[in-house]
Amino acid sequence: MTAIRATEAGGAGMDVPAGAPGPAAPPGGGAGDDERGQGRRRAVLAVVVVALLAAAPLVLNPYPVSAMTRMLAFAVLVLGVDLLTGITGLPSLGQAAYFGVGAYTAVLVGVHLTADATAQVAAALVMGLVAAAVTGWVAVRARGIVFLMLTLAIGESVHQVADTWSAVGGSNGLAGMPPISLFGGPSLIAAGFVHWWVLAVAVAVFAAVALVVRSPYGRTLRGIRDNEARMRALGYRPALARYGVFCLAGAVAGVGGALWAQQARFVSPGDMGFEVAALALLSVVIGGPGSLWGPCLGAALVLLVRDNLSASIGGHGPLVLGAVFIAVVLLLPRGLAGVTASLRRRRGDTTHRAPVRRRKENSS
Amino acid sequence: MATHLVSILNGLAMGSLLFAIALGLSLVFGMMDVLNLAHGAVYLVGAYVAVALVSDTGGVAAFVLAVLAAAVAGALLGGLLAALTRVTAYHLDQALLTLGVGLVVAEVLALAFGTDVHSVTAPAPVDGGVTVLGETYPVYRLLVIGFGVVLAVAVYVLVERSPLGSVIRATVADRAMVAALGVNTGRVLVGVFAAGAGLAAVGGVLAAPILGAQPGLDEKVLLLALVVVVIGGLGSVRGALLGAVLIGQVQALGTALLPEYASFLVFAAMAVVLLLRPTGLLPARTAVHG
Repeated sequence: MTAIRATEAGGAGMDVPAGAPGPAAPPGGGAGDDERGQGRRRAVLAVVVVALLAAAPLVLNPYPVSAMTRMLAFAVLVLGVDLLTGITGLPSLGQAAYFGVGAYTAVLVGVHLTADATAQVAAALVMGLVAAAVTGWVAVRARGIVFLMLTLAIGESVHQVADTWSAVGGSNGLAGMPPISLFGGPSLIAAGFVHWWVLAVAVAVFAAVALVVRSPYGRTLRGIRDNEARMRALGYRPALARYGVFCLAGAVAGVGGALWAQQARFVSPGDMGFEVAALALLSVVIGGPGSLWGPCLGAALVLLVRDNLSASIGGHGPLVLGAVFIAVVLLLPRGLAGVTASLRRRRGDTTHRAPVRRRKENSS
Repeated sequence: MATHLVSILNGLAMGSLLFAIALGLSLVFGMMDVLNLAHGAVYLVGAYVAVALVSDTGGVAAFVLAVLAAAVAGALLGGLLAALTRVTAYHLDQALLTLGVGLVVAEVLALAFGTDVHSVTAPAPVDGGVTVLGETYPVYRLLVIGFGVVLAVAVYVLVERSPLGSVIRATVADRAMVAALGVNTGRVLVGVFAAGAGLAAVGGVLAAPILGAQPGLDEKVLLLALVVVVIGGLGSVRGALLGAVLIGQVQALGTALLPEYASFLVFAAMAVVLLLRPTGLLPARTAVHG
């Protein structure tokens, strides 16, 4: 790193509260009472959103319900990416690999062992964790754009293994997964029941990730993101913390993959390719890295664009997506979470603020 | 032994192409801190230029024309990417921008040429085979190996032995210092970006008779180029060469011996190298990137 960039990175730690650490602490700042009121409003909003998602199967047709189920599963993957990219400042293009590992695990368990949904998710969680632990040490030694490069290489390698390995169906993928069941009950065939199961797991993952983000470990991760040298000087071990969050993100992605596979009852290498990883990263960027609800909303938007808009214009999805990537960077510098934060600032705070934005990270 | 010789020669041909492709990626990354995720798409532009211009009869003139056209198209695309990535100073944004451009370019190519696999005929005079140690081997691939050798020497002389090269190497090491010395580093950066992209497109033309052109090839090529750059050491010409030769061999021998795991072997090679040398085999001597 040049001296100039190092200074920039050092300065970033001081003046930049990059991204909201959690739903309760928006970067806009304000009086304490205001914050508490906001927290309550957000809790109410969260309950309303979950209630609406839970009520959806009662009023909607199976097709939109399964589309929403897919969005929830994808949002779980995006939460894992956000743990890395938003919280720890490690942009990843390889998380789709662990998503795929989770999906393949769930299908294999479903075909060969049990239709029990909890067992499938547990197996996928473990396999996602193991896969991330085995491959992740290559990546976590790097930072910034080198990390992106290495995760891309890992992700593509795992993808190509799935694509060529005949034991897991090669490029044809794995079909024939029986419908899931819960606690020895009957098979959940109706889209609504699957939706409720996926929603329950997604909410649990969201809560778990929120807990991690607010824990001392989460603060350590944000400290590493903002100023790694200082954290090391304070006695923390950034490399170990990064490895830990990488494994955790792999486990989260594995759970997302299991949910995805349980909805589709099919998995193919296409579910874990470069495009999926790029879409997950795009969801985080659209939603606002570091916020948790923003990337989930981003996940829903991105899948909506991919599955609906691209189909309605004759299957030219990548063209639209490419344009979206470019537009997001140029028009939405801090994502949706950033837009609401700046709207709030404009309403409350009249003093001019510099754009709150993480500086170019140290990519040594 | 003779079959292994064929694999080794295939690996050298692959290595030559990978060197041409990875060099631009490595230098742009080393100098500008920009990971050009559209690099694979630029390669694919070259491959489809070959599809469009080279006829089935294998005319030499058409092939040379395709090489020149691809170089120009690639350089223009590189210049565009250089301008676009200067909009923002953030790594992640630059990566997403180039990713977006890559997706658009690949999709436009798929719209223009369809999703079929296109094959390209090598120029007629070199389309045959020649006997090497009792095995018949395509002349065209030997020429590609020769191209790699010539390119390596030319780039070595340009980057390591010329005044322009010293500016380029110094810009990799410390852009601010070079700018303070009065060099227009912006122009150097755009020039390297355009040259690197042009080289990738030329690589696409030269690879077309071997690998053909099809959607999805951009991702595969980008991945291989990334691995080459990581193994070789960021921003290093000699590193790109060594990494390309190594990965070319791993790919060719892996495909011959363990076809199911060839793609995994490439990653395993990267993991082993990074385990032993976290900064790559031959990091740029002046590099500041770890």
